[in-house]
Amino acid sequence: MNSIRIRLFVILLATTGAVWLLAAAWIYASTQAEVERVLDARLMEAARMVSSLITDHRIEPSAAVDAAIANAPPPPFKQADGSYSRQLSCQIWSLQGSLVSRSESAPETSLASHTDGFEETEIDGERWRVYAVVNPTLGVRVLVGDSLEIRDRLIGDVIKGLLVPGIVILPVLAVLIWVSVGRGLAPLTRIAEGLAGRSASELHPIDDGTVPREVRPVIRALNSLFGRVAEARDREQSFTAYAAHELKTPLAGLKTQAQIALRTDDSTIQREALSRISTSVDRTSRMVRQLIDLAAVDASQGAAKDEPVDVAVLVGEIASELETQLAANEVHVAMEHADRTPQPAVLEADRILLRLAIRNLLENAIQHSPKGAVVRCRVSESQSEVVVEILDQGPGIPVADEARVTERFFRGSKASGHGSGLGLSIVQMALDRLGGNLTFERGGTWFVARASFPI
Amino acid sequence: MRLLVLEDDEILLDGLKVGLQMCGFTVDAVTSVADADAAIEADRFDAIILDLMLPDGSGLDVLSRMRRSGDRTPVLLLTAKDEVADRITGLDSGADDYLGKPFDLDEVAARLRAIVRRGHGRAAGLLEWKDVSLDPARMSASRDEITISLSRREFVILQALMETPGVILSRSNLEEKLYGWQEEIESNTVEVHIHKLRSKLGASFIETVRGAGYRLRTSQ
Repeated sequence: MNSIRIRLFVILLATTGAVWLLAAAWIYASTQAEVERVLDARLMEAARMVSSLITDHRIEPSAAVDAAIANAPPPPFKQADGSYSRQLSCQIWSLQGSLVSRSESAPETSLASHTDGFEETEIDGERWRVYAVVNPTLGVRVLVGDSLEIRDRLIGDVIKGLLVPGIVILPVLAVLIWVSVGRGLAPLTRIAEGLAGRSASELHPIDDGTVPREVRPVIRALNSLFGRVAEARDREQSFTAYAAHELKTPLAGLKTQAQIALRTDDSTIQREALSRISTSVDRTSRMVRQLIDLAAVDASQGAAKDEPVDVAVLVGEIASELETQLAANEVHVAMEHADRTPQPAVLEADRILLRLAIRNLLENAIQHSPKGAVVRCRVSESQSEVVVEILDQGPGIPVADEARVTERFFRGSKASGHGSGLGLSIVQMALDRLGGNLTFERGGTWFVARASFPI
Repeated sequence: MRLLVLEDDEILLDGLKVGLQMCGFTVDAVTSVADADAAIEADRFDAIILDLMLPDGSGLDVLSRMRRSGDRTPVLLLTAKDEVADRITGLDSGADDYLGKPFDLDEVAARLRAIVRRGHGRAAGLLEWKDVSLDPARMSASRDEITISLSRREFVILQALMETPGVILSRSNLEEKLYGWQEEIESNTVEVHIHKLRSKLGASFIETVRGAGYRLRTSQ
């Protein structure tokens, strides 16, 4: 059941109905006990009265019977209509077994065969409750009984008196519950209408001061989601804007170089311009690839698929992928295993993120290496982490810039002018996702970029 | 005209340098704010092109420092940020013009000529002296509707002289207009090109002021 209104309606109606029924059952039981007690007392009293009246012979048994019945205390729920009159029947039997006298309402057959106390009997299909008392002086037995059907009818009438209004009122109650629940849920409807009326860019939080206490946790969760969505959206927007700006500069370079190539008569200048165009296209495509990588890392949030990755093998794969770049920069990659252990350094991680991090580190090292230099890759494993170190003989990163190098589009204050400023932000973002850590170190002529991944 | 270009993208910088040289400018190129500040301090330029986003700061900082120190050299801003607000900020900071990337080389050249012209208080694009007129956009001179073609260096020298008629420009003044920092100055270039100009425009058009330099002849 997906509607809170229907759910509340059904629950309320069912519980109200159940309480009502329970009350009716309770009243039924207690009324029955009470009626039983009162009517039994009357039977007993009437029997004793008849017995005492006839003892002194001051009154004829038949008159005594009628008097007892007439003077008996009224039943507790006596109604105006005649159905409850003449309920009692009285018989006086000699101990020998002959009928001495009986009241008008009493049948001619014996009401009961016992001599003392209460008993329930059935005569001609009618059930009776009979009180018997023996009068030893006269040698008679007095029986006073009433029909159980009359008792049942009495109780039935009491219950009917309770249930009929209940059944009549039930639809009214249902309508009232339905309307009340609707009213009670009105704040939700209001919030929903407010949200439905929003455009996609309206991500301001809902004011949780005016909403009911019960809905507040939902609103807070929603507001926090709004916050996160707005943040992601802003990040995306600023990223798109920034990326567009960053692409405009190489485009401007391409255009000017193309115009130079078109208008010059000097074949040297023309060749130079064309070669710069080619270089610029390479760099720009690298930048575009990095932008796509960055978007991929961004999108990988929460979607990481961990698998065992042999880090040294991965570094080797990446190095062979970068063959063209290596050749163009006349740089060689040397793979080193720090601790000659036969066991490969295996990491349980997202292969794509790991590859992006290492690839960008390696590319950075290649880009900044002098021609003919070697880039060393070292993979080592300790108890708690796998460490990938990339060592190059380039100028390194000035200590002052270290904190900022992972910012997007930051190129360093002494930049050579051909990086996109994205490489290390990709590395940092990927490492963040992988729970890794990026540090830099200088050792002699070597600049070390160290990525450590917890196992 | 001597230009300073501040741009950190080496391919674009090279394009501007080579392209603007082809348009008759002499270009000095720097890639950082610090270098630009030093160059502006040390040299005089006819116009300056500033990129906005640089590794060590913003071209706007260079611009505000220039304007604060009273430097009125015309400045053209080049930037990838192309929104109205950015353009307003740039112009309000003291820039003379603004151009969004990517741009057309001819447009950059035309805008440079325009801001330099305005700096000299001239409205017309053509420079005129007596019966000779010089068209900086075409890098050519004309007399009596007859076009006189000029080499780049001839054009640079003639333009410098015609921009300040009557003022004496020394040989080193003219060399500054002809050569950027990295270019090696050939010892007698100025003399050679003055000679060529005289043969094209008439011997009396440019006069030599002994020991001082050259100027356009004012008397008949």
